[in-house]
Amino acid sequence: MATPTAAPSRGRYLARRVLRLLVSLWIVLTLSFLMVHLIPGDPARASLGLTAPQELVESRRAELGLDRPLPVQYLTYLGDLARGDLGVSFTSRLPVSRLIGERILATLHLAGLALVVVLIAGVAAGLLATVVAHSGRHRGTDLAFSGGSGVLVAMPEFVTAVGLVAAFGVTLRWLPVAGLAGPDSYLLPVLALASGPAAALARIVRAEGLRVLDLEYIRTARAKRLTRSRLYLRHALPNCLTATLTVAGLTLSSLVAGTVLIENVFAWPGLGSAIVSSITQKDYPLTQGLILVLSGIVLLVNFAVDLLIMAVDPRSALGEV
Amino acid sequence: MSPLARFTAWAGLAILVAVAVLAPILLDGPAGRIDPANALLPPGGGHPLGTDELGRDVLARVLVATRLSLGISVTATALGVALGVLVGALPAVVGRRAARLIGAGVNLAVAFPALLLALFVAAITGGGVYGSTLVIALALAPVFARLTQTLAASVQGAEYVAAARLLGVGRARLLLRHVVPNVAGPILVTAMIGISGALIVLSGLSFLGLGVQSPDVDWGVLLNQALNRMYTNPAYALAPAAAVVVGGLVFSLVGDALAVTLGLQPPPPRRGGRTPRRAAAVGDPGGALVHAERLAVTVPLPNGADVRAVRDVTFTVAPGERVGVVGESGCGKTMTALAVAGLTGPEARIGADRLEVLGEPLPPGGRGAGRRLRRTLGTSLAFVFQDPLGSFNPVSRIGGQLAEVAVVHAGLTRRDALRRAVTRLADVRIADPERVARRYPHELSGGMLQRGMIAMGLMNRPRLIVADEPTTALDVTVQREVLALLDRVCGETGAGLLLISHDLAVVAQTCERVLVMYAGRIVEDLPVAALTTGPAHPYTRVLLASVVDMATDRSRPLAAIPGRPPDATADPPGCAFAPRCPRAAGRCATELPELIPVGDGHRAACWHPIGDTA
Repeated sequence: MATPTAAPSRGRYLARRVLRLLVSLWIVLTLSFLMVHLIPGDPARASLGLTAPQELVESRRAELGLDRPLPVQYLTYLGDLARGDLGVSFTSRLPVSRLIGERILATLHLAGLALVVVLIAGVAAGLLATVVAHSGRHRGTDLAFSGGSGVLVAMPEFVTAVGLVAAFGVTLRWLPVAGLAGPDSYLLPVLALASGPAAALARIVRAEGLRVLDLEYIRTARAKRLTRSRLYLRHALPNCLTATLTVAGLTLSSLVAGTVLIENVFAWPGLGSAIVSSITQKDYPLTQGLILVLSGIVLLVNFAVDLLIMAVDPRSALGEV
Repeated sequence: MSPLARFTAWAGLAILVAVAVLAPILLDGPAGRIDPANALLPPGGGHPLGTDELGRDVLARVLVATRLSLGISVTATALGVALGVLVGALPAVVGRRAARLIGAGVNLAVAFPALLLALFVAAITGGGVYGSTLVIALALAPVFARLTQTLAASVQGAEYVAAARLLGVGRARLLLRHVVPNVAGPILVTAMIGISGALIVLSGLSFLGLGVQSPDVDWGVLLNQALNRMYTNPAYALAPAAAVVVGGLVFSLVGDALAVTLGLQPPPPRRGGRTPRRAAAVGDPGGALVHAERLAVTVPLPNGADVRAVRDVTFTVAPGERVGVVGESGCGKTMTALAVAGLTGPEARIGADRLEVLGEPLPPGGRGAGRRLRRTLGTSLAFVFQDPLGSFNPVSRIGGQLAEVAVVHAGLTRRDALRRAVTRLADVRIADPERVARRYPHELSGGMLQRGMIAMGLMNRPRLIVADEPTTALDVTVQREVLALLDRVCGETGAGLLLISHDLAVVAQTCERVLVMYAGRIVEDLPVAALTTGPAHPYTRVLLASVVDMATDRSRPLAAIPGRPPDATADPPGCAFAPRCPRAAGRCATELPELIPVGDGHRAACWHPIGDTA
């Protein structure tokens, strides 16, 4: 009476996700190509300023390839990209791929470390809050959790960062507030980046946990007379994971965006500080390359989260066909 | 959301609007007066938060900046909502293929962080007041497109839309007259929360120097300027930071408050206290599997009322005995079963003069069961639930869920436990048990899962099986198989059975004794054989008459019980069945009949029992 084996539907789910990833990547590629063309007026003129001599503008037009027909430009762009050539920065005259290569690790370290903090702190705090709320005792603790996490969620990361700088950098003078030098320079940026998402995750875990704990199979588990820790960790937690991971995935991609702000507060030598200066300096090739890379990271993260959800929840493959 | 939080939301909004309107008029002087002699003063004197690098008053500047920050956020959100709703409503009017394309595009955009979208657009438009407004509108639009799509899809499936379509209402009119009014509420609420998102993105952009540009000033620009003066005047930075947080909070709160006002969200339920009314008394452990005296279960409702699900129920189950509990839904039979198994939820209050299961007194509420009691119940009491699919953990395999019982309570290794699980699955006549053990619950049929649930109960040696409506969720043919299985299992293991069912036929087929419940009380306790010879309680009579079998005369209307069971929160003085009872008279409405013997192994709670044999 069993339905057909689950393997084919999982395969199909996977194929769909890969297809979605490829299509998204293509859209991002195309949009970043179009960026220069969407700039109102003449982008070459815009990047050089109104007073630049005409021949300089012409040579920049040629450098951007704007003097050729659009389809040719698009194909050249794709071809260059395939070879890892993202063009040359206007301001530094260095290859964009090299500039990105020099900075990407700083950003990935920052985002990665923040993610670890978000997952560990968020899930742990959420589980504790679930247990507290479900027991029905400790109403005060439950309220404090809701209020505190609500405020943390509402704090934009750059505001948290400014607060942390004011407290630990300026007033207490305990920690460095600018640049990347030694492990202690990670502390404030990671904290600023992670506190909001961790609080959001904890709230989701609590809400999901309370929902799951009222379900019938938890009653079955209670009927098995398991210990409380086994009940929470083996039966409730895995069932909260789908929703948790979905939210964590969204948080994670916003974490990548958050690095842009945080890097500018802490003068972090990563992609985020580079993209802002490239935009203000109208360094279009660099902006294009950075948007491409940051978007690519976001898309890959979303894809990885989808795979994780599939691994954790056998039903997800069925619901999504 | 408490009334206080709602008041805070609206008051906060009023204050923000007042500041945005008045501050630029009243504080233009102190905010704009350049006074280099008084640059970067610390808080104090005439400047509550000190002065900036040009000697302007910080507090005044922050207050004046409110207008631009809120103005851009509100305008951008309005634009974003309009654009999003337009895109989101498109699938309803265009063809199916175009609709899918739009849907996919929106899904992609939603998964993308708003700030990254905003950076992309900012690179094209270059900042400024108008550029920033456009940037934020475009970054917010996908969220509202998706929301509109979801809402429109749910509305389109609704019956009144189908009816309008049948009447030949055109697409545009359908959209305007039927779809839009029904999606407007949720969109308005989300728009309020969107404003707080817009404020944060705008402040972020301005902070980065990509949004509003000096000499225009919003909170983000102020924060940027302040960060560089952090060491001389920290208060300078904290004021715009606080403004961003407060502004964001107020609009999210207003969104929540609006949701409550529009009736989109019920106010959250209050969880009642759960101190036990009376602790279960410890008595000598007789031989009975279940010994309940004056058992009562009360469940608080969110509105503060108490549902008295079970009232003064007294009964026993002897070793090996099969007892059925019948009654209409809401009569308390499931609560009785859960209370006996110590499985009522944390909010239920349990009281009893005596409540013992398998010779062990249960602690009130089923909480804090000690190690010994947990092991006794875990090994000797099996529970079969009504909904087999919902009762298995969806993310682990059947075999593992069965094995867990033996691992935890019998100390088996996982491998041995899995082997035992396969044997038990075979015992309940599941074909190819090894394959089934590797399946997830959603891959099996309801009948299969219910057999699996019974097999789970057999993992150790049960002395009592409690089955709560074990066949209700199953097909008729499967029902018979599961009942036969329960019967066989009890016969082979000598376990007692407490079978809960609304179906008298099911109980008559499986049990030796029947407890009939009505409005939380046992109204009759009789041997199954007595069902045919003559129940004493009028309620049992009508229940019996409503049983449909092959012999039922189909030319006559089905017997139904007139009236409805009483409100479970009420506490009428007399017999609860009196208002529906054909024999009700005299004291029935005023005095509660006790459950008293009316024959051999036969008790009834009625002032006028039928065929009075006592």
